[in-house]
Amino acid sequence: MSETISPVPGVIALGADLFANELEAQGLNVTRVNWRPAAGSIEALGRVLTDERVDAANQQALERMLASRPMLVDVRPAKEMIPVLNERCLLHAGPPIAWERMCGPMRGAVIGACLYEGWATNEQEAVQLAEQGGIKFLPCHHFQAVGPMAGIISPSMPVSIIEDREQGNRTFTTLNEGLGKVLRFGAYSSEVLTRLRWIQEILGPALGRAIRQLGGVDLGILMAQALQMGDECHNRNKAASSLFARELAPALVETSSSAEAAAVLRFLAGNDHFHLNISMAAAKAISLAGSNVPFSSLVVTMARNGVDFGIRVSGLGEQWFTGPAQMIKGLYFAGYSEADANPDIGDSAITETCGLGAFAMAGAPAIVQFIGGTPADALRYTSEMYEITVGQNSRFSLPALNFRGTPFGIDIRKVCRLQMPPVINTGIAHRQPGIGQVGAGVVHPPMECFEEAVQALAKALLR
Amino acid sequence: MFLKYFIKQASYFDSITLMATTSVLSDLPDVKQVLMVMASEAGLEDLAIAGLLPPDLPALAATDLLCVVQATTEERAIAALAMAEARLERQDTLPAGSADAPAKQVVRSLEQALKVNPQARFVSISVPGPYAALECELALRAGLHVFLFSDNVPLEAEISLKRLAAERQLLLMGPDCGTALLQGVRFGFVNVVPTGPIGIVGASGTGIQQVMSLLAAQGLGISQAIGCGGRDLSEAVGGMTAGQGLRMLQDDPETRVIVLISKPPAPAVAEQLLSQAAQSEKPVVVCFVGAEPVAWQHFASVDLLIAENLTQAATLAAQALTGKLSPILPEQGVSEKQALLAPTRRLVGLFAGGTLCDEAMHLWKHQLSPIYSNIPLRPEWQLQEGIRGHSAIDFGDDAFTRGRPHPMIDPSQRLNRFEVEANDSSVGVILLDMVLGYCAHPDPATVHAPTIQAALERARTEGRPLACVISLCGTEDDPQSFSRQARQFRAAGAEVYLSNVEAALRCLALLQEQEGR
Repeated sequence: MSETISPVPGVIALGADLFANELEAQGLNVTRVNWRPAAGSIEALGRVLTDERVDAANQQALERMLASRPMLVDVRPAKEMIPVLNERCLLHAGPPIAWERMCGPMRGAVIGACLYEGWATNEQEAVQLAEQGGIKFLPCHHFQAVGPMAGIISPSMPVSIIEDREQGNRTFTTLNEGLGKVLRFGAYSSEVLTRLRWIQEILGPALGRAIRQLGGVDLGILMAQALQMGDECHNRNKAASSLFARELAPALVETSSSAEAAAVLRFLAGNDHFHLNISMAAAKAISLAGSNVPFSSLVVTMARNGVDFGIRVSGLGEQWFTGPAQMIKGLYFAGYSEADANPDIGDSAITETCGLGAFAMAGAPAIVQFIGGTPADALRYTSEMYEITVGQNSRFSLPALNFRGTPFGIDIRKVCRLQMPPVINTGIAHRQPGIGQVGAGVVHPPMECFEEAVQALAKALLR
Repeated sequence: MFLKYFIKQASYFDSITLMATTSVLSDLPDVKQVLMVMASEAGLEDLAIAGLLPPDLPALAATDLLCVVQATTEERAIAALAMAEARLERQDTLPAGSADAPAKQVVRSLEQALKVNPQARFVSISVPGPYAALECELALRAGLHVFLFSDNVPLEAEISLKRLAAERQLLLMGPDCGTALLQGVRFGFVNVVPTGPIGIVGASGTGIQQVMSLLAAQGLGISQAIGCGGRDLSEAVGGMTAGQGLRMLQDDPETRVIVLISKPPAPAVAEQLLSQAAQSEKPVVVCFVGAEPVAWQHFASVDLLIAENLTQAATLAAQALTGKLSPILPEQGVSEKQALLAPTRRLVGLFAGGTLCDEAMHLWKHQLSPIYSNIPLRPEWQLQEGIRGHSAIDFGDDAFTRGRPHPMIDPSQRLNRFEVEANDSSVGVILLDMVLGYCAHPDPATVHAPTIQAALERARTEGRPLACVISLCGTEDDPQSFSRQARQFRAAGAEVYLSNVEAALRCLALLQEQEGR
């Protein structure tokens, strides 16, 4: 362009309406920006927004994530797949946390895991063991694993193994226990422990045999179909769980006794959320593909331990950026209220990290009532998230948005600039261990996670 | 007196919305003061200055809105707060997608706006300073020309942004640019003038408006008016936008005469721009308002004319166009040779336009001394509480506009001051400037005339001389209509001049007339 005065066919207006009004009155095509001040340090944000290395890195991270091909390949005991679990160690949801700071549901799940593993014979012994430092607590995410709610993974639990056929990464997750009194909500009654043992002895091995017989299950395809059937793969898993059971059934029957096959299929039929964990591990595999790209500002982990919300960013390695876990706005089951609720908990926000969950709400109008909304709100939730992402995942396409791919690749720069944190669909855990889910709704990460990550990235760019 | 407040967390409202709400609340009975600020350091400081900082304020973030009301009764204060909240809530819900209109999406960023409006070549930015710098940089990187109204942009940011603009061959008008007219499109505070052969580059918004209005009154039109922002001709910025603007006008086929307007620039910058202007194939009129023209007279030629003030700049531009150049500068009737007046009464100028204030003070300084001001000609003439002398106050200065609307939009602060001065028997003449045009107050005469009339009548009944002079900057085609405004002011007893120079000189004559009586 030469240094001449260009014609003015259109104008963008940021700020006072007065100016936009006058421009509009002149018959110009004026686009008003509903501007809000950015969150955090404007200097740091300026640096990360204007450094072209970040854009290039994000493109690279995005391409890697889009290329990821998560396959469910097997189910094996956790300690076989995660060596650290050969020690007396438990993995938990969210960023690192010590026993002293753990919330009720997570403490309950720890007690339950101690009883299940035989490390303690009763609650008091388990608490004592934890208090005396007899158990090593480590985040699931540090071992490419994810767990919903308390997210406790103990050595004997069977885990699904998801393999990224493109990158070769493997991710892990427990088998979903169903709703009600379950370990992930901190319950540790004998009913819970009995079910865990059945999962260990019957369900895990049976699923493993069937999956191996099938040669694996392509989760990208299964989840894409589920999205078109009304799931968002976080708060609604009916379709994915059904598709999974349908795909697995023949192989199950072929590789198990009929009594076992029937028990397994009956369990799957009764658990609308069975596929949640698998979707989470698939999402983990996808985000892992985009991890550790120097200077990339894309979020590759969002996780909560019930006390802290933590994110990790591709270009910032293993570092966690944390803030207080928030209370969830949503609908409560009869008899419960916000007073009963635990703050946000679980690794399940990995689904939103990959463009699922609330990011795919436009595909799941049935659950929009959790937030007291209408199907139009579901469209809006998804549409807004395109503003904080750098791309879209065309594998996960949404009929309601004219088959547009879900918003994909959360950029901490955009989150801070628009002061628009990602939206997350989630279940609400009771604050007391063992009571279970008391509702569901939406929640946002605290902004400071993103603000601090922007500062750290700005520093990294200076080095 | 009761002080009440409310906080709206993590909500942003543009300052104009806040001001509109503030001004509605201020009109409520028994409400003394209202201030709505974003709870930034600067915002809280504004509250403290106004004496409205609630003692029990919790910790706030810069993204929290704070509304404080001071009223004579508690009920009134509470009622005013409720009204403010209701008004803001309406604003808050406006952009959100409703059930019946899911398709209409709110545009929240420049990048998204570009997707919606890919034809856009210009962006108008009026968000708070530190954020404005970033938005401006992103706009330039996206290849957009920028009209940057925001002030408080750090100087280093202005320099690097202007370098970036130059690199990308883009025009960055501002920061702190209030007026521009490009390809017939009016940005910010502009008068409605015919399209014509005169191009203006200016580091002063009201300076540009005065010159374009004076030219329009002679039927002469404007090709382009390029604003540079108040700091462009400083040594640090080096006149980057002014230089670029001059080049653009030199290349612009519609422009035949160029006018360059600024407050006195840094000498090196002046030299550089004048050298550039001297090489222009088109006549250039330069007006450094307040600078002694002799300082630059050695640059003057038949094609490079140095004007003493804005009125003279318009006259010279008109002459350059017609080729009827008089070799002698038109006589303005004031010079250092004239004796200092020692009138018994005081002259008070209350200005909305900083450049007009400056121009008037320079016309007065030879005959009146000292002239106290918040933008004083000499440091020792700094206006202070309790000083009674000749004075000229710029109500558009930061001290008056922090957290409050500019007097060109909201006349209340200046009108209050007018009443105080008009009731002071030591004051003989009051000068008010009124700037018309787009974005300015829709009807300043209707707001001011009754107060002016009442003040003049009161003085008359008290048997003391008082005169009011209006420097009315605008055109007949402005939304407010120059003649309609002038009629109303004259009916109220004021004298009206289009030329700020004439208005300022008339004030001196009136002071002398009052002596004769």
